[in-house]
Amino acid sequence: MSVRAEASGAQGRARRIGRLEPAALAAVMSRDVVIFGRYWKATTFSSIVQPTIYLLAFGLGFGTLVKTIGHVKTIEYIATGTVATAVLFSSAFPGMFNTFIRWQFQRTYDAMLATPLDVEELITAEILWISLRAGVYGLAPLIVGLAFGLQPEWGMLLVPAIGFLTGFGFAAFGVLVAAIAKTIDNFNYITSAVLTPMFLVAGTFFPVSALPAGVRQVAQVNPLYHCVQLVRDASLGTLHLGDLGHAGVLLAFALLMWRLAIWQLGRRLID
Amino acid sequence: MAAGIEQRAGARVDVDTPAISLRGVVKRFGAIVAVDGLQLEVPTGVCFGLLGPNGAGKSTTMRMLTAQALADEGEIEVLGYRLPAESKQSRMEMGVVPQLDNLDVELTCRQILTVFARLYRVPASERGTAVQRALELANLVGRADTIVRELSGGMRRRLLVARGLIHQPRLVLLDEPTVGLDPQVRQELWSLIDGLRAGGVTVLMSTHYIEEAERLADVVAVMSHGKIVAQGTPAELVRAHAGEQVIEVYGPPEQLAQLGELAAAKGWQSRRSGPALAIMHAETLDGEAPEGVRRPASLEDAFVALTGEEIE
Repeated sequence: MSVRAEASGAQGRARRIGRLEPAALAAVMSRDVVIFGRYWKATTFSSIVQPTIYLLAFGLGFGTLVKTIGHVKTIEYIATGTVATAVLFSSAFPGMFNTFIRWQFQRTYDAMLATPLDVEELITAEILWISLRAGVYGLAPLIVGLAFGLQPEWGMLLVPAIGFLTGFGFAAFGVLVAAIAKTIDNFNYITSAVLTPMFLVAGTFFPVSALPAGVRQVAQVNPLYHCVQLVRDASLGTLHLGDLGHAGVLLAFALLMWRLAIWQLGRRLID
Repeated sequence: MAAGIEQRAGARVDVDTPAISLRGVVKRFGAIVAVDGLQLEVPTGVCFGLLGPNGAGKSTTMRMLTAQALADEGEIEVLGYRLPAESKQSRMEMGVVPQLDNLDVELTCRQILTVFARLYRVPASERGTAVQRALELANLVGRADTIVRELSGGMRRRLLVARGLIHQPRLVLLDEPTVGLDPQVRQELWSLIDGLRAGGVTVLMSTHYIEEAERLADVVAVMSHGKIVAQGTPAELVRAHAGEQVIEVYGPPEQLAQLGELAAAKGWQSRRSGPALAIMHAETLDGEAPEGVRRPASLEDAFVALTGEEIE
């Protein structure tokens, strides 16, 4: 079998070369789709079961003790708060682990960067895929909540978009951590010291107003707090102008993490 | 190969433009200078062998050609495109077969080839054909839907090669293509590489196997300590650096050691070759040469003379 050189391909290959080409992003994501196709049951299970357990435990458990939290029914409060945890865990963890594994152990990224793909496209595509999934998985707690008395609202249709935006920031954050970590064990520090406090100090299960003043300030800079406020307002039909501020914080977080992730992982992918 | 000049998106290419050009390239990793003023030109349509021992800088050079490593000094051009600014364009038309297996173990052959067909921007309407052709090239049609983890080492290597050729590139970089393979698979890959040459594809192949360079390469450049120390057709290199004939003197190690010192004192080129001492340019030594077996000089002799390294 011989392989012929396509010298005449010159005309066909005079295509536009640019940054963040859709074809390149689609190619990287197509790989993710194939892998997802193989493991979707496990991935979906792990992304949905944990938040659902929290929802059921806190919702039903506290629901009997406490009928409302603030102005909101307990089940509504908890269900909307759990959306944020579902988004957080289905974006930060894949961001950290998938990146590290593909980069260090499988050298998948090395293989792909030998094609007409640049570092920015590769990392952006990986983050995009994780965010899309996170947006969808964020709906799971709402669906469970609907079964337990949560009232359907048109605003709930915004939740995947909010989940996508939040997930983008946290996926990029995960990539950044993977780039900087020396070994995969270092992720434990981030999980315990950053992610766990983050999902507790965000108004997920209890209002931050219940916490001491210093901790309340922390909540203001916690992107997850803003995600929770947005999801809650959208799902309960109480959207107001202030929510634009929350969306703004999420957007800024996403953009900042995105550039940092590309910068740090890029430096390590190219010698 | 098309003759004349092709215009393409800013790059002028004609058959006189080398496929690869490295001028004064330096690459350092901390205190180590991996590539030390490399000067190399690979003409179009040639199978070019980059022969050197481990640590010579071959893999680093390959990485610089795909802009996965950035040169500290010097200029690099691939297919008329300046690197690293226009690297993406060059990678559209270049295929890479790496030394380390970086296949996706979780995917099937067909899935991997499809993903890479997309990465190489093979138009959607041609992807199926391209994948089928690649599977045939790699002799993996029967394993198209087998997961990579379940393939043998030889099959994986064939898939690695097919993956780099899915878009029918004009230039292929092969980094140590047959290292660690058993003889049968090695032969298969050699025929594949021969097929590439016949198809007019430019091939840059790095290797530390003399036989591989001798068999496949039209031109061989010997690389040592980050530089090219000699270049030419295998026959030219042999003639220049080992002469036409070599005398092999057999004997116990002490005797050979003594003889080696004597040879050095007389300015003769010699090397240990297993249980013998081989003295090169034997045809110039008539009368003074010690007793031994005469044989034709080989590329291996030339290589050792040039790099001072023993072959494994």
